[in-house]
Amino acid sequence: MILRGRAWKYGDNVDTDVIIPARYLNTSQPEELALHVLEDLDPEFRSKMEKGDIIVAGHNFGCGSSREHAPIAIKASGVGCVVAKSFARIFYRNAINIGLPIIEAPEAVERIKSGDILEIDLENGEIRNLSSGESFRFKAFPPFLMEILRAGGLVEYTKRRLRGDNREKGSRNTR
Amino acid sequence: MGMTLTEKILAKASGKKEVQPGEIVTVEPTWVMSHDNSAAILLKFKKTGVKRVWDPKKIVIILDHTVPAPTADYANNHKSIREFVREQGIENFWDINTGICHQVMAEKGYDLPSAVIVGADSHTTTPGAFGAFAAGIGRSEVAAIWATGKIWLRVPESYEIIVNGNFPKGVFAKDLALHIIGDVTASGAVYKAVEFKGETIKDMSIASRMVLTNMSAEMGAKNGIIEADEKTEEYLRGRAKGPYEIMHPDEDAEYERRYEYDASDLVPKIAFPHTVDNVHDIDKAEDIEVDQVFLGTCTNGRVEDLEIAARILKGKRVNPRVRMLVFPASWEVWREADERGILRILAEAGAVIMNPGCGPCLGAHAGVLADGEKCLSTANRNFKGRMGNPNAEIYLGSPATAAATALKGRITDPREVL
Repeated sequence: MILRGRAWKYGDNVDTDVIIPARYLNTSQPEELALHVLEDLDPEFRSKMEKGDIIVAGHNFGCGSSREHAPIAIKASGVGCVVAKSFARIFYRNAINIGLPIIEAPEAVERIKSGDILEIDLENGEIRNLSSGESFRFKAFPPFLMEILRAGGLVEYTKRRLRGDNREKGSRNTR
Repeated sequence: MGMTLTEKILAKASGKKEVQPGEIVTVEPTWVMSHDNSAAILLKFKKTGVKRVWDPKKIVIILDHTVPAPTADYANNHKSIREFVREQGIENFWDINTGICHQVMAEKGYDLPSAVIVGADSHTTTPGAFGAFAAGIGRSEVAAIWATGKIWLRVPESYEIIVNGNFPKGVFAKDLALHIIGDVTASGAVYKAVEFKGETIKDMSIASRMVLTNMSAEMGAKNGIIEADEKTEEYLRGRAKGPYEIMHPDEDAEYERRYEYDASDLVPKIAFPHTVDNVHDIDKAEDIEVDQVFLGTCTNGRVEDLEIAARILKGKRVNPRVRMLVFPASWEVWREADERGILRILAEAGAVIMNPGCGPCLGAHAGVLADGEKCLSTANRNFKGRMGNPNAEIYLGSPATAAATALKGRITDPREVL
């Protein structure tokens, strides 16, 4: 999986209330949530960004509420991936569980500037900054998390796994 | 090698003799909790193709976020949940007349020592006050647990936070929690277990311990935890929803970091907008005029919180520039506060007594702020837009600070009025 897009850079502690404010939570429709992504942090983000663009942020991205709407809004807006120095733990789980690739790469974040064009190789754990010529390594996902991402999220993964379980009868894979 | 309290619980839950930080274990939770978001979760559950939930006795659903329903959409969501619990035989369902999920989990006896509790709400760290492993998870994960009964968890590294000394007058668990978060920072404990210990913690009421574990989420922690003791057992008498085991950390357990605090050094604290770790001594905040005071939430809506506010406001009037909203954390809290005359004192002082629930904490209804307004809140979050308006400001403080502020119309040190 190779992702390519323009970097939009933000600071530390980008919380779920600015990613998708609670006043819009009454819907779970991804397209509707996408209309308000990052609205309280950067009201122009929605109009500036293009499909495939990459959010680059500091520490603790996605802190706050456990709302899955946050990664859903980001994914549905067309953002290809989030690169941050660190992620809040529930956001990290949620992002994988709804199929949004996220990467922890503190060193890369330090060097990337807003507007840089990035190319990200998820399988091989590499971020290439095409604007500066630099490249950075990151720790690729453990295989079972990659499987969830490939399935497009946990619900679909669970569905497939349960089908598999029925076929194998008894040899339950509890991962 | 010795294990921390969190490691011991996760080892037992995963059927292992020993676990190490970083290891991924699969467990069947004691309880899986969700609230109004069960409406979205049940749709995801249906997508898995599974017809019946894995164990209806282990699913707890509590309606608290927007209660009673403010719009037809919310009402339809609540309706779909009520239909689902009937159809699936989920007995542990608490409708809008019960209280905030994290308070109800304690009162109804689900919060048990060494239990593994996961919930679709970030403040599911709260049951750690009873010596449980408790962590917030996402909706898809709850749906997957409903279907399979299993969840994977990474065993977190543990921090120990040791607090000794007595609180000075006017200083409470909330001030300690804010002080710690200001020090550790909002991201300082991401992925970690934080274990609170020391004399101050032992001396605390169950309600005050819940403030610390509740707010552990605000330093990024996976879970906050406090060893169960005789106070825990006393609270659980007549409530416990099942058997439990009290576990203790090993003496040679390894903690990645240790923080130590002396409670007697503390003064009342305020978290300034828009992050919970933007914490200052209260003298920096004095003279900030506020439009609303919000007393309640899963952090500070319990009887001891309403009681201290009533002590400050008894026989007095809330400043005319302030709207004071009081949301008891549950109907059990409401009843006790009513019986003891606390609600009457607050109402006579001019506070609006609302129904138990999350209220305006998440900005969806019942007390949303106007443009340019400032609120002193006893909640756990002050993020921009949190109370429904990105052009408003939220300051966090203790219930005593809230009452003192309501009285004066500006952020006020409770030591002035106690």
